Amino acid sequence: MTQAQLQETANIPVHIPEPGVRKWQDYFSFNTDHKVIGLQYLVTSFIFYCIGGVLADLVRTELRTPEVDFVSPELYNSLFTLHATIMIFLWIVPAGAGFANYLIPLMIGARDMAFPRLNAVAFWMIPPAGLLLVASLVIGDAAEAGWTSYPPLSLVTGQVGEGIWIMSVLLLGTSSILGAINFLVTLLKMRIPSMGFHQMPLFCWAMLATSALVLLSTPVLAAGLILLAFDLLAGTTFFNPTGGGDPVVYQHMFWFYSHPAVYIMILPFFGAISEIIPIHSRKPIFGYKAIAYSSLAISFLGLIVWAHHMFTSGIPGWLRMFFMITTMIIAVPTGIKIFSWLATMWGGKIQFNSPMLFAMGFVGTFVIGGISGVMLAAVPFDIHVHDTYFVVAHLHYVLFGGSVLGIFAAIYHWFPKMTGRMFNETWGKVHFALTIVGLNMTFLPMHKLGLMGMNRRIAQYDPKFTLLNEICTYGSYILAVSTFPFIINAIWSWLYGEKASNNPWKALTLEWMTTSPPEIENFETLPILTTGPYDYGVKHAPANVSPSENPVFRADLDEPYPSIESDIETRI
Amino acid sequence: MQSQTIDPAQTELNHHHAAVEGHHEEHPDHRLFGIFVFLIAEGMIFMGLFGAYLAFRSTLPVWPPAGTPDLELLLPGVNTVNLIASSFVMHNADTAIKKNDTKGMRTWLAITAAMGAIFLVGQVYEYTHLEFGLTTNLFASAFYVLTGFHGLHVTIGVLAIVAVLWRSRTPGHYSNEKHFGVEAAEIYWHFVDVIWIILFGLLYLL
Repeated sequence: MTQAQLQETANIPVHIPEPGVRKWQDYFSFNTDHKVIGLQYLVTSFIFYCIGGVLADLVRTELRTPEVDFVSPELYNSLFTLHATIMIFLWIVPAGAGFANYLIPLMIGARDMAFPRLNAVAFWMIPPAGLLLVASLVIGDAAEAGWTSYPPLSLVTGQVGEGIWIMSVLLLGTSSILGAINFLVTLLKMRIPSMGFHQMPLFCWAMLATSALVLLSTPVLAAGLILLAFDLLAGTTFFNPTGGGDPVVYQHMFWFYSHPAVYIMILPFFGAISEIIPIHSRKPIFGYKAIAYSSLAISFLGLIVWAHHMFTSGIPGWLRMFFMITTMIIAVPTGIKIFSWLATMWGGKIQFNSPMLFAMGFVGTFVIGGISGVMLAAVPFDIHVHDTYFVVAHLHYVLFGGSVLGIFAAIYHWFPKMTGRMFNETWGKVHFALTIVGLNMTFLPMHKLGLMGMNRRIAQYDPKFTLLNEICTYGSYILAVSTFPFIINAIWSWLYGEKASNNPWKALTLEWMTTSPPEIENFETLPILTTGPYDYGVKHAPANVSPSENPVFRADLDEPYPSIESDIETRI
Repeated sequence: MQSQTIDPAQTELNHHHAAVEGHHEEHPDHRLFGIFVFLIAEGMIFMGLFGAYLAFRSTLPVWPPAGTPDLELLLPGVNTVNLIASSFVMHNADTAIKKNDTKGMRTWLAITAAMGAIFLVGQVYEYTHLEFGLTTNLFASAFYVLTGFHGLHVTIGVLAIVAVLWRSRTPGHYSNEKHFGVEAAEIYWHFVDVIWIILFGLLYLL
């Protein structure tokens, strides 16, 4: 039966959009298509990654020598404050939202998000918020109190910048709440009927967990920032001890969001990695339900561990005990994921292409960050290294070695789907090599620096730390250089790269069952699930089929999987 | 699993696509669910503020701090009864439209909006007659910020009701089948009411 006949029998209007119908102008417009918005998120956040990276390199340049010789101490404070704020709120969090926007409707067979206009509103809060932050640096009075903005320090330094900082973060928080509402409703209500929760791709599970976290924790940060804004602008003393206020209350409110925020920043990429590893290992994912439920467990535990950032804030001993134990328990669901990924790769036919390299890099470096996290969860050790470079090393291994490598893995993996072109594999590998070297060279010595006692957030330090700091600084330059192969590769491949087929990885999830790039409403006719999302290498497992008679799909499906024979042999 | 014959009409969205031709209404159930999810986030802002209030309360030896004048209970008490009553009035509007009674719905909505406005006027009157200001002490600051933030939400609720009233001028805009706007405003109004009950207990009674 032809597609027209099929649609006629089903009483569906014949409507065949051209593939890849979006023009470049659409990406600069107030568009409500989730794919346009997804790419807007991704490109915007990548621009902020570059800005945040420049700030980081300025910080590292100052720290190359023990003396204060490159920037003034005030500017130094603003630099590290904005570096952190931009990297967290304008790069990693929106990049996760960008992938979610692009992929969720495609993965669950929906035509768009539940609330397309709300989706656009959520995105368009980000550029002004980011511009505000950058502008505060340009006018020379940016926030200086660190990304945590602890009062009373934040009430007395860089006050104009602090006000701008609060406004900007409130705007970004609102944006991510609106996004989370959209993701939750879309995931819970708009799956095709044949897709139960246990047929949902793991990226969708991860976004379900992430969105629940955003929904429950971000508003509490907003409440804290509202009170902080009153302290700053209206003369109240909620967090100011001189007027009877309590700065520790701010810390509780701040970390009630900002601890879950680390999971908001890592869970989407746990999800992306769970997609990438089985596809490029040509093996079914090991422990689908374990990975899915461990995301929810991480979400729940993430909400009850915030005070482990406050072991030195004078909170009572029994409270420290509670937060120490719950924090350590998070290592269990995280470990489940790591072991599942390793077990998926075990005996698989691993294709060492750029997405897979970044995914494997992710697993490796994230484990280092995770282990130092368990160390920091132990109260005595945390008190010893509190506010030292050990903490800086830990968080960068998690956020750079985890989230950022995850973002790049996901970009390479879905690049053919998003742009309709293949990226250049050689440049992708160069990018990976430089990133891994730069990353470890920058952040590995920081563990040692922290154990030796070097404080974080200082522009001047004891000369005995010089050598390690020099290594870190040169490492950070390598990281800066590593983005160039990526940028050149992305732009060149997007314009002139080899045309990608609809399903270049021979994947089974639904986003690959449409054209590359997908047409405006995603699917000519919606696919129907006939198999789980990860049945790679299973003998005779049919792919999810599109009811469309489009010969492109057929051509894809008729090709045998590259490694199907060997997969059958290695499966137990 | 074996391949199967596929009937595109079985897929929800294709079916939907066919069903809604010439009737460009969004899925009302998703929107209502969206409102609930949104109110969870709103509720968490208030939970944050309440939590902060309780924390301040527990860290200070005397609460409210010495020298804070006692709060009058009469006006806010009347206001509380007014707001709770308005929730029931609002519910009548919803019941009316489900019986296709547009006129009744408009009447009940107008009364709710008026009651909401009375609440706001009462709150402003109370503000102007209080013997403490925003920065007098920690209790005063918390009082103004919490009640003010709630007042902002009442204002949004009243505006939402007025918007529904405005739209309902068009005959048939709302009916027993199509009344998402009314329901959304109603849920929001109940939310504002519930938050006020907690707030009243915390600030005035505790």
